[in-house]
Amino acid sequence: MADQAYSRPAVRGGAGRGGLRWFDPVAAALAGPALILMLIFLIGPMVVVILLSLTDYQLGAASLSFVGLHNYAEMFGDRTFQKSLANTLIYVGVVVPCSVLLGLGAALLIEADRRMRGFYRAVYFLPVMATLIAMAIVWEFMLHPQFGVVNLTLEAIGIPGQSWLQNPSLVLFTLCGIGIWQSIGFNMVLFMAGLTAIPSDLYEAASVDGANRALDRFRLVTWPMLGPVTLFVIVITSIRSFQVFDTVQVITKGGPNKASEVLLHTMYTEGFSFFRTGYAAALTVIFLLFVLALSALKVFVLDKRTHYA
Amino acid sequence: MSETDQQSSCAGHASRRGAVEIRGLTKSFGAVSVLKGVDLRIAPGEFVTILGPSGCGKSTLMRIVAGLERQDGGEILIDGGSVDEMRPSARDIAMVFQSYALYPHLTVRENIAVPLRMRELSAVQRLPGARLLSASARRAVREADRAVRDVAALLKIEPLLDRKPGQLSGGQKQRVALGRAMVRKPRVFLMDEPLSNLDAELRVHMRAEIAQLHRSLGVTFIYVTHDQAEAMTMSDRVVVMMNGMPLQIAPPEEIYDDPADLAVARFVGSPRINVLDGRVQGGGIAAAGVVLPLATGLADGTSVQVAIRPNRATLDPAVAAPRVSGRLVHRENLGSDLFLYVATEGSAEPLIVRQDPGIAGRLAVGEAAEVGLPVEHVYVFDAEGRRIALLASDARRRAHG
Repeated sequence: MADQAYSRPAVRGGAGRGGLRWFDPVAAALAGPALILMLIFLIGPMVVVILLSLTDYQLGAASLSFVGLHNYAEMFGDRTFQKSLANTLIYVGVVVPCSVLLGLGAALLIEADRRMRGFYRAVYFLPVMATLIAMAIVWEFMLHPQFGVVNLTLEAIGIPGQSWLQNPSLVLFTLCGIGIWQSIGFNMVLFMAGLTAIPSDLYEAASVDGANRALDRFRLVTWPMLGPVTLFVIVITSIRSFQVFDTVQVITKGGPNKASEVLLHTMYTEGFSFFRTGYAAALTVIFLLFVLALSALKVFVLDKRTHYA
Repeated sequence: MSETDQQSSCAGHASRRGAVEIRGLTKSFGAVSVLKGVDLRIAPGEFVTILGPSGCGKSTLMRIVAGLERQDGGEILIDGGSVDEMRPSARDIAMVFQSYALYPHLTVRENIAVPLRMRELSAVQRLPGARLLSASARRAVREADRAVRDVAALLKIEPLLDRKPGQLSGGQKQRVALGRAMVRKPRVFLMDEPLSNLDAELRVHMRAEIAQLHRSLGVTFIYVTHDQAEAMTMSDRVVVMMNGMPLQIAPPEEIYDDPADLAVARFVGSPRINVLDGRVQGGGIAAAGVVLPLATGLADGTSVQVAIRPNRATLDPAVAAPRVSGRLVHRENLGSDLFLYVATEGSAEPLIVRQDPGIAGRLAVGEAAEVGLPVEHVYVFDAEGRRIALLASDARRRAHG
């Protein structure tokens, strides 16, 4: 009843003259520029990539011929692709939960005590600001088996050092570690924004209602209220993890023996080292499907569960 | 109100729970002193409203009683026991927040059940699926469910139980917040401006409903508001707070009819009370060109302020009273009431007179008007605004006999 008092008159100038028309010059003029840019820079290239994935085009070649799904058939039979896909999925599977949980933990700790908040926030955010390629080189030195600071530190406290980047069973997880290190700060900043948006009334109500321990309050207020932010962070981190490339290219080049080969790196070597553009395009299409599936999951399923209005 | 009055009103309900005693409470935020030694005794089952302008410390006082804020000095006792070291949930109080503070991800049913779940179930039992394993958890959940349904029936929100707060109107949210407070049967209800987010019509309605709720529950209510209508209509006693100090603690009628301080007189009553500067002269007070026969016993020449409510001042020539002459500057006809604004020599603000349309109906703006000030209804305050007791006069005795 209160709502009705505020409802505006239904008829306003212009819009009252009937329903939606399929073409409206004003609407077209307003939406046109964005639509054209989207066609040129997003939709167009995607269509070209999909078409290229159906050909045997090689970079610089004068001609190309249609080969149907041959590239895809070759891809799924290829050991390198299988390894690369598996590695990428493992990488995402490790980096996403770790960096989301650690980012949340860091945000909670920093928010819990107002002192030096700016300092900690800056420190955690530094890896996000830094150029990852430069940081990758630094990591390469730090992880050097003989004189890297990581092994020297471990040995100083009595733990034997490892060949972090040369051991095939370790190298992918080492890269995961760098990936986590890099994305914690970003996730933390997003979580901190989410935490500040939680009304303090809810915490007070929770403490009056008997949520006495920090864990109770986290379960009753913080975690549900962070739902939308958490979802966003998970999706963003997943997409960014799928795109892991810089560290692999700079530090391992996918080695040793494909142990750290990832999707984007395979795409890059096929397309720009072996110039098999058609095949690389097919890889790109697969990659796009993964990202698309993640976005669809966010939009169609999870958004409905985490927004309470 | 004197100490003995308060004690006698406490004694009447000695068997019931919910006596709150606040002793010498102080609180500062940085250099700003918000509470400057507040003393207050609340009887079990009493409805006490803390009324004051924003920033007077009333919300801080309530938050300290709730345990959400820690005082700098003084103590709080509930039913004779100090609660200063207790966390909010252990104090056996419930609080209704201005924003309602409902958990947006929980349904109405779950929202109301939260205090019971927190009290009756252990952290492990609250984990999803724990009910399948523990019979006592199942029993507690069943009992909580019954309590939620009882409360929902009382507040008439049963059809809303499976909705989420985002799907409710302001008034419905208000009821759910009340339900969440009621469900665990607390000793004391604390309400922090619970109606200020509602529209005017609904506020009047909820006012009546909260008063009824108080009568049917018989629990102590402490209610914070800046709205004098809420304070006057619902409370057993009103605490008028200004600048961190209670200026007067008394039943609503006494607050209105017998204000202890000019600030109280000004804050309560609409339209505002008329105030004139005066000076003690002979046996009376000279103000606005007349001498009011009010004996204060003060030395001649002492500055005082005299005040009279608009409904006590009169333009009726039949009433015998000292008259101040002025000119009508504005008329306000509210249908039931007619307010006349009369500009006079002695006062910067025009005097407001509430009058029957029959007497002042013909008086036009710009015409001369004689405002009668019946002395038995005139309050006298010193320069600091404290009420000055008048020496017994026949008129006074008649008014208060």
